[in-house]
Amino acid sequence: MGSWFARSRSIPYLLKRNISFLHANSSCKTLPPYKSPHGFRERPPASILSFRRLESAMVGKQAQAVAYTDDDGESQSIEFPGGRVGFTTQMEFISEATDKRVPCYRVLDDDGFPIAGTRFDQLDEETAVRMYKSMVSLQIMDTIFYEAQRQGRLSFYLTSTGEEAINIATAAALSPDDIILPQYREPGILLWRGFSIEEFASQCFGTKDGHGKGRQMPIHYGSKDLNFITVSSPIATQLPQAAGVAYSLKMDGKEACAVAFTGDGGTSEGDFHAAMNFAAVMEAPVLFICRNNGWAISTPVSEQFRSDGVVVKGQAYGIRSIRVDGNDALAVYSAIRAARMMVVREQKPVLVEALTYRVGHHSTSDDSTKYRSVKEIEQWKRSRNPMTRFRNWVQANGWWSDQEEAELRGTLRNQVLKAIQVAEKAEKPCLGDLFSDVYDKLPSNLQQQEKSLRQTITRHKQDFPPDVPL
Amino acid sequence: MLGILRQRVAAKFNYALNFEQGIGSVALRAFSSSANKMTVRDAINSALDEEMSADPKVFMMGEEVGEYQGAYKITKGLLDKYGPQRVVDTPITEAGFTGIGVGAAYHGLRPVVEFMTFNFSMQAIDHIINSAAKSNYMSSGQISVPIVFRGPNGAASGVGAQHSQCFAAWFGSCPGLKVLVPYSAEDARGLLKAAIRDPDPVVFLENELLYGESFPVSAETLDSSFCVPIGKAKIEREGKDVTIVAYSKMVGFSLQAADILAKEGINAEVINLRSIRPLDRSTINTSVRKTNRIVTVEEGFPQHGVGAEICATVVEDSFEYLDAPVERIAGADVPTPYAANIERMAFPQVEDIVRAAKRACYRSR
Repeated sequence: MGSWFARSRSIPYLLKRNISFLHANSSCKTLPPYKSPHGFRERPPASILSFRRLESAMVGKQAQAVAYTDDDGESQSIEFPGGRVGFTTQMEFISEATDKRVPCYRVLDDDGFPIAGTRFDQLDEETAVRMYKSMVSLQIMDTIFYEAQRQGRLSFYLTSTGEEAINIATAAALSPDDIILPQYREPGILLWRGFSIEEFASQCFGTKDGHGKGRQMPIHYGSKDLNFITVSSPIATQLPQAAGVAYSLKMDGKEACAVAFTGDGGTSEGDFHAAMNFAAVMEAPVLFICRNNGWAISTPVSEQFRSDGVVVKGQAYGIRSIRVDGNDALAVYSAIRAARMMVVREQKPVLVEALTYRVGHHSTSDDSTKYRSVKEIEQWKRSRNPMTRFRNWVQANGWWSDQEEAELRGTLRNQVLKAIQVAEKAEKPCLGDLFSDVYDKLPSNLQQQEKSLRQTITRHKQDFPPDVPL
Repeated sequence: MLGILRQRVAAKFNYALNFEQGIGSVALRAFSSSANKMTVRDAINSALDEEMSADPKVFMMGEEVGEYQGAYKITKGLLDKYGPQRVVDTPITEAGFTGIGVGAAYHGLRPVVEFMTFNFSMQAIDHIINSAAKSNYMSSGQISVPIVFRGPNGAASGVGAQHSQCFAAWFGSCPGLKVLVPYSAEDARGLLKAAIRDPDPVVFLENELLYGESFPVSAETLDSSFCVPIGKAKIEREGKDVTIVAYSKMVGFSLQAADILAKEGINAEVINLRSIRPLDRSTINTSVRKTNRIVTVEEGFPQHGVGAEICATVVEDSFEYLDAPVERIAGADVPTPYAANIERMAFPQVEDIVRAAKRACYRSR
């Protein structure tokens, strides 16, 4: 405190509060590190910010605004709640747009060759081949399930076409202990972690097999064992929940993080703001991954936000962020690995914006040719296909061949077709599954309802569907 | 005479509030000074304290719960005792902190989320219903949500339409939630402890005006393992002529009404619901089968209210026992006005309950 006063030239008003703080930069170009209000890590004695919360509760001890000049007398600064801010006599508005958009990290060029000078995490053959095979599995599963819906065998389906690289590369870059809070276009992560085609089918068809118990509409997968929280329909609700999961992981001291996905549209929800803000304030280890695929059903990003995409929003919340080419599996893999390490080691949130394109329709309830040109879709499908790019790189390394490709596709196709056939004919969940899991234990009113229902079924068997096992 | 009584009661609430705030000293447990009386505020505070002490996974979250000691001083002293990791002051985003609480519960923590009033829970209602209430079912039992949402519900005094709504009926209609409505200090302590220990999401509807009210408490109530079973109503006063069913503050009014009715020879049975979901239909029906007449009392709006459900359940299960139509007393079907005189007219008063009971007994003019 004494030396601080010695630096100043003008006579300061006595500060009424007794706090010690680092010598703050007079122009405040960078925010000084502040003490975590949650005290999880030892931090150096911090600045004004660390006492922000106490100040508000200290009745009667109002901070006096102090003006002082520093040694070279050039700029002045003032201490507002929230920190010291330098001032300027020039009235300048921060422009709504920068000249250059935030550049996008990329490793492979359009044809799948590594760009000169690029830095990335080298993949070994086993991981690379597994990644590619998973991408193919995802693609084939999507294609055939989509067709099944069109044939009337499934009520609903939603593909991840065009986003296979994001799905698989992210999954490969994370640890199996990381808890995933998906939106709905990330089944590839389950696939990578071991969810079988048969399990996907049984959820979609609502059979008694698998773990779904026929509770949810198709594509709302979930698996506690694979650390994949069940897909929830309302958009972006998983974002603040991820901050909560991360908080829990932090309290457990686990070396894992929460990973929350959203699309470009999801960033418009209030929950996005709350989650980002909160995660930053609580210093929760969440990795926010935004799949900016250009479309939210029929709303293009130009109508979704006017910012430079989603990556720029990170800084507004005090969150480190990066923009990556979502159709470049190597870039996604490297970026997610680095981001995850930051999240876990520094115990703070990071935002990754993966730019990509939604090649498919939003879902089987949508025909996107109604609001975008077929030419645009075809272009992304053919010449900017993430799978083609990655395959070229894998094959260039001598790890894959056309023949293996044909074999794989044939095998997978048969596997998926068979899984659908089996699931279609499988038994539906039994009557008891109508009433269980509403609460932890079956309450008396539901026991009575079940009893009464069974009695009614016995009396009027002809009125009830025969395929509900009792 | 009744008017004076009511004013005295109202004044006592306000006095109690000011008195507590004025004290300045931290007295976590009122019973330390008076062994058998406890305010609802201290009951809730002590329940939170004991549960947080017993289980390190329990933590509190909400606006002003930490440094400010709670908007209504319910969480007084908890920040000092448990630290900022377990008593979390949140930014102003109900949707945000409710979502975070639900997420924390998904991963095994036991959050107690405070809404400054349940009116603000509407900003978070998607997370309460679509996430908390339905997750266990939708995930086929894989994701349980052991969360408690608590805060003042219903009318206070002179706070206007956006701070006075009762949400018992809305939350009570949702499967997957448990909805509790404590009245006395014993209710508050026992039900909150049960709620925190419960693996299902619980909505715990308190009442601001009851916070300062003192109730006698037994030694059993003060024990740290004390719990009140969820889903059982309590018969506060036994009677044989008419059943009055109420919850929260209206229980107090019903007991006063019962005293007045007793002077006129009507022996009323007063049931304190304690739990909106699950609703204790069996206690209600058993009582109606004894008295043959029923009056329901609630502060909330009449349409689709709690009284409507009670009426339906009584008609379904005990129709032959009814000697008179079910009487429903509810708040006026208007957004709550501010001015004290018309606010008073928007909520049930003791004499409304008395008149309804008399109507049910065919004793009205």
